[in-house]
Amino acid sequence: MNTYDAIVIGAGHNGLTNAAYLAKAGLKVAVLERNPYIGGATVSRELHEGWYYSNCSYVCSLLRPEIARDLELPRHGLQVVPFGGGATFMRNGDHLGSYFDHDRFYREIARHSKRDANAYDRYTADVTKQTRLIRPFLMRTPPDPTSLRPRELLELANFAKAFLNMGEEGLADTIAFWTKSVADYLNEYFETDVLKAHLGGSGIIGTALGVYSPGTAYVLLHHYMGDVDGNVGAWGFARGGMGAVAESISKAFRSYGGEIICDANVDEIIVKGSKVRGVALKNGDEYLAPIVVSNLDPKRTFLDIMNEKDLPSSVIKKASNFKIRGSSGKLNIALDGLPVFHGMDPKSPLMAGDLHFTDSLERQERAYDDWKNETWSKDPYLDMMIPSLTDPTMAPPGKHMMSVFVQYAPPKINGEDWTAEDKAGFEKTVIDQISNYSPNFRDLILHCETRTPKDIESEVGLTEGNIFQGELTFDQLLFNRPFPGYAQYRGPVTGMYMCGSGTHPGGGVMSAPGANAAREILRDLNKPNTVPGGYADD
Amino acid sequence: MNTANRATMMLETPFHSRVKELCQINDWGNWMGFTTPNAFFDVELEYFAVRSTTGVFDLSPMNKYRITGPDAEAYLNKMVTRNVSKIGLNRVGYTVWCNDAGQVMDDGTIFRLGPNDFRLCSYQRATDWLLWCAMGFDVSISDETDHLAALAVQGPTSCTTLTQMGLHDLNTLKPFGMREYDFEGEKLMISRTGFTGDLGYEVWVSPERAEPLWDQLFEAGRDYLIKPFGSYALDIARIETGFIQAGVDFVPAEEMVRPGRTRSPFELGLDWLVDLEKPLFNGRKSLIAEKEKGSRYRFAILNIDGNKPADHSFILKGDQQIGTVTSAAWCPTAKSNIAFAQLEMPEGGVGQEYVAEIYYQRELHWTRVLAPCRVLDGPIFNPKRRRQTPAIPH
Amino acid sequence: MTDFDAIIIGGGHNGLVCAGYLAKAGKKVLVLEARSVPGGCAATNEFVPGFKVSNCAQWLYQLSPAIIKDFKLKSHGLSFAAENLATIALDASENHLRISGDSLEGAGISSEDHENFRVFRRKMRKYAKLMQSAYEARPPKLVEHDWRDKFTMAKLGLGMKGLGKDDMSDLMRLILINIFDVMNETFASEQLRAALALDAVIGTPMGPRSPNTVFTYLHRFFGETQGFTGVSQVAGGLGALGDALSQSVTALGVEVRCNQSVTSINKTHDKATGVTLASGENLSASMIVSSADPVTTFRTLLGYSNVETGFARRIEHIRTKSGTAKIHLALTALPNFKGLDEAALKQRLIIAPTMNDIERAFNALKYDECSDHPALDISIPTLNDPSLAPPGQHVLSAIVQYAPHSPKAGWDSLRETFLDRVIGEIERYAPGISDLVCGKELLTPSDLEADFGMTGGNWHHGELTMDQVLMTRPAHGATQYRTPINGLYLCGAGSHPGGGLMGLAGKNAAQEIIRLGDAA
Repeated sequence: MNTYDAIVIGAGHNGLTNAAYLAKAGLKVAVLERNPYIGGATVSRELHEGWYYSNCSYVCSLLRPEIARDLELPRHGLQVVPFGGGATFMRNGDHLGSYFDHDRFYREIARHSKRDANAYDRYTADVTKQTRLIRPFLMRTPPDPTSLRPRELLELANFAKAFLNMGEEGLADTIAFWTKSVADYLNEYFETDVLKAHLGGSGIIGTALGVYSPGTAYVLLHHYMGDVDGNVGAWGFARGGMGAVAESISKAFRSYGGEIICDANVDEIIVKGSKVRGVALKNGDEYLAPIVVSNLDPKRTFLDIMNEKDLPSSVIKKASNFKIRGSSGKLNIALDGLPVFHGMDPKSPLMAGDLHFTDSLERQERAYDDWKNETWSKDPYLDMMIPSLTDPTMAPPGKHMMSVFVQYAPPKINGEDWTAEDKAGFEKTVIDQISNYSPNFRDLILHCETRTPKDIESEVGLTEGNIFQGELTFDQLLFNRPFPGYAQYRGPVTGMYMCGSGTHPGGGVMSAPGANAAREILRDLNKPNTVPGGYADD
Repeated sequence: MNTANRATMMLETPFHSRVKELCQINDWGNWMGFTTPNAFFDVELEYFAVRSTTGVFDLSPMNKYRITGPDAEAYLNKMVTRNVSKIGLNRVGYTVWCNDAGQVMDDGTIFRLGPNDFRLCSYQRATDWLLWCAMGFDVSISDETDHLAALAVQGPTSCTTLTQMGLHDLNTLKPFGMREYDFEGEKLMISRTGFTGDLGYEVWVSPERAEPLWDQLFEAGRDYLIKPFGSYALDIARIETGFIQAGVDFVPAEEMVRPGRTRSPFELGLDWLVDLEKPLFNGRKSLIAEKEKGSRYRFAILNIDGNKPADHSFILKGDQQIGTVTSAAWCPTAKSNIAFAQLEMPEGGVGQEYVAEIYYQRELHWTRVLAPCRVLDGPIFNPKRRRQTPAIPH
Repeated sequence: MTDFDAIIIGGGHNGLVCAGYLAKAGKKVLVLEARSVPGGCAATNEFVPGFKVSNCAQWLYQLSPAIIKDFKLKSHGLSFAAENLATIALDASENHLRISGDSLEGAGISSEDHENFRVFRRKMRKYAKLMQSAYEARPPKLVEHDWRDKFTMAKLGLGMKGLGKDDMSDLMRLILINIFDVMNETFASEQLRAALALDAVIGTPMGPRSPNTVFTYLHRFFGETQGFTGVSQVAGGLGALGDALSQSVTALGVEVRCNQSVTSINKTHDKATGVTLASGENLSASMIVSSADPVTTFRTLLGYSNVETGFARRIEHIRTKSGTAKIHLALTALPNFKGLDEAALKQRLIIAPTMNDIERAFNALKYDECSDHPALDISIPTLNDPSLAPPGQHVLSAIVQYAPHSPKAGWDSLRETFLDRVIGEIERYAPGISDLVCGKELLTPSDLEADFGMTGGNWHHGELTMDQVLMTRPAHGATQYRTPINGLYLCGAGSHPGGGLMGLAGKNAAQEIIRLGDAA
């Protein structure tokens, strides 16, 4: 009989993290994965012989160090290597390089504007204030502001205290930062288009909003609140690709006695007498457990694998209204050599970072207009990297692997599913844009995997291919994530939980939702907590 | 390497060829993105050049801004805490400036070159703030950092050396005065200012005249034992004479991340620079409120028993920690162990005695000392020759 | 001795309301208005000989009934030519949608949508009620609140709890999101969605998909708490409201001087002392109350050189973009709108077929371009008020979304094209209207800025975005109607609760000034 203490649906990094903490607490846990491989959106796949693609998520910063350390992920094979810099190429042949070295970055910005170079220090300080405000809450369960229970009130008071500590002026700035557009925010500091465009990109990655849309400054913060080895805001590659993240967590999970079952496509969460009993697979197999945790996004969870009759109608409505939009596509490219870019020294550390080709906020905003018109951006915002410059395991010696994240690509083209021609057109748009800045790029392409939101959805299961499992707008953050009343990882049915990025604190390969959910489950079971607390920022 | 890359390299000052030649121990540092020597041959000896002969320091990386226009004086009066109207023509004034909250952003010197023509020298970069401050004023502000080479020529024989170089009657120049001389077909500006607390001058020329200036200066000073000195020696001199430094002794207000970590001019012992009688300047309201309510901290110069520099020390009163050290050095001329500290109010009154908790290491062995210390009434080194006019030839 | 206890800069409705309440409190008050008539945006203008129009604001839908009562505006000549008009959303195939209060007619609205509409409005009314308790008081401070602020906060907190768990949590979700999503969640009819979405964006530089537009929708909906279930038309044009207010406050002892343009606010040290007029005349008062927008007040009148730099920077960062223009047409006869009878033409007509149409019109604004197909909010005021035009002839006035303040090509070269484009849009629903046009006028955001002194031409004296409303309106350092300068206050739409011809900014400011005066 397939009976467990807990079943986790989906072997993404959050599912595995959740399972690991439950197993660590002594529970008999099974993780059910639909695909023949684990990882969800944190995977490395050899799609061209000798080349490994991090074919969904591609960089690592937000993974909580508390979890990596607690689950001994480095011992289980995870190595995160920071990459230096990045650049935005300009139409005039110049570029803006984002150097790690503070003074060098100053001089680089000063090439474009001395004032901006000087203002960048103030900008950094102000953004850091915001990251310091939010970081302590990443490893905590958001309080329910509508509840009057002492525990909730206490946590709510904690929240309130952190905000009130900002002071009258600081809190006014905080409200502004959390609600305004990234363009408006940057305009208050800078005058140079390319600098604003370079920084503004972080406000739209994975988001169905434009740089001019209110709310996008927070998305920028979401990209800044991680760290690599304590360097807040730094990003790195997982050696061996993002699959190494899932792989290492799975090893930790197995070391606690956990079991992962692949090719297990869940059809339904079985509910009897308003209690969870287990899950039924599409092939008819059943796995029984009094606790079922869904790593799937809220739409999948409530509208797909749960039966409408088992749910309150308000939850169905909330899940239907949950905003999880396909706005991004991806190209993974095997290259015969290193592409050369206009005006860029091939040995520059900038080459190993994130490269972009939209040099003004207006171009980024126009890219969003295409998405609103239900087509891919004709002049997209690309977040392009060559991880093989940092991690030699990604491609054969002398060859390179390129990852191109594309903002924007809609889930449907003019209301219709993507056709092969659409996909080819999308691919051409992206390759053309890069080729405008790299004359030899096109000839180096050996293989290209192009992924539309639809592809990501059908492979990974993320609704519309949304990388964050739900938009990171304020209405879906903290105690509103995924929706009000259900932000504490518990579902509407006893024994049913959520642990995906659709829950607080959201997506970005953090593993925090999985860990936080485990803590709540263990609390309900009256088991000792195995989940570490967050590190305090000094 | 292409131009874009080259532009991001560390910069060299107009004196670099000469500095490099004399930098015998090849110990370089980064000052505001310029390659500058930490030391030329021996920190201690360089320091003593400043105190007993003539020391030369390349201060070209200092940020220099030119402020001109009909509202230039009004503009500066709003920006800085002191009354700029009281700085006469060809005079220099030391000042600080604050944000609205009355927290210090930086300190620097203002040179009055004309009725409405000023030069502001600041330790931190200030372009952004200077331009924000310009809203509503008819002024023009330009960054002169790259257009001006400057040397600090400091020490008892500095006047003689410079006179020897052809700057006649220099001994009549008063402290904080400035004057122009002809030099190689251009104007050379000299001010009796400095960061060492000794008799000394700062000499300003165009970058094209930098090398001739250096050469003629060292030639003129050969018999007066002229020596270059680097930033390590300067640090000792400035601590000995009580000069604070942005980023070391206070956090520039607009770069603060953690609430409460900045300091007001009062908390840095700079009350004398704040003119609350001025109708308006940045931070005035907050500073008036602080005057009424009291400050949180007090700046103190501590004379510490023993000879172990009190870097990063806690200051204790009994068992209670009442402050921390921001700068510390053994001061060779004063033969004293000096530290700047931020003490929680109401501590820090002159003559108060505390204990400095000092950790130091010798041959991998860490030792903790609890050194008694006392609050001084001012800088320990403040020689008469610093102020005397005419300057006395030594 | 000063010439006056208080000088109010700007004789718009907020300035007059503030002046009136101060006079009631026994103050000697002078109102200085730059234009030739009082009223500010509540104005009427003869744009073509014989043809008059409300040349700034077009409708009245938020004016506080307390103000109407306190100033006996009806006895001072305020009367409505039409009240609580229906909104008719025009449809190219004549399947028009009529919205009146809770009821919907036409456009094949499903019974579900009828019910959804009632439920939606019930919920919005609850939220608007909550908003009312915030709008009709001084906004509390965020952190440094005194007991008065704590009381307001407690009231709001209780009001939130009083919504019930579901509505409260829904409010927290809705308040920051866009009207586009809420419409899609709530209604099946695109015509209905677009009609309501237009209300959310009108007068703002936002599109239906812009987050924050549920808030702006609620801001407009707030008018329902003031007794308006639809827009109303003031007899004689909105200038009559300005006249009535002016007469009323004059009767209370306020002196209202027109054609008096203030060029500067004077101060010594931290205290405002008076104003200087364009004529060079200096007037003194122990307090100066500005109903000009905050940017004009601090940048132009006081001067950034007279405030500390951090504050000046905050004021400079206040966003005052506008995407709203006005068009006025003099017509030789009543136009024929397909499928609408004369009774229908008396109502508020809107052209906004789908939310995506509005959004596409908005796209142009983002790049300082004019919409290809602007959305329109149309009034034919002469049907309800024939006095506005020669007999048998008519005026059509429309609010146009979107036109930029400073198009890249410049308004000189675009003005005629854009006028024709707007007329062309109307022509699609009213064939032949262009042949009836005997005079026309386009007021762009820059025209509105020049004529009414509103920075950017923004109706609200500052955009109604979350960082510029409630406790942080207009900016840190200038909240609660106070400024860094003693004796200088704000009372215009740039202050809480914002614009919309409600008069509450003026009223709240007066209360705060009187209270502070008593404390002093």
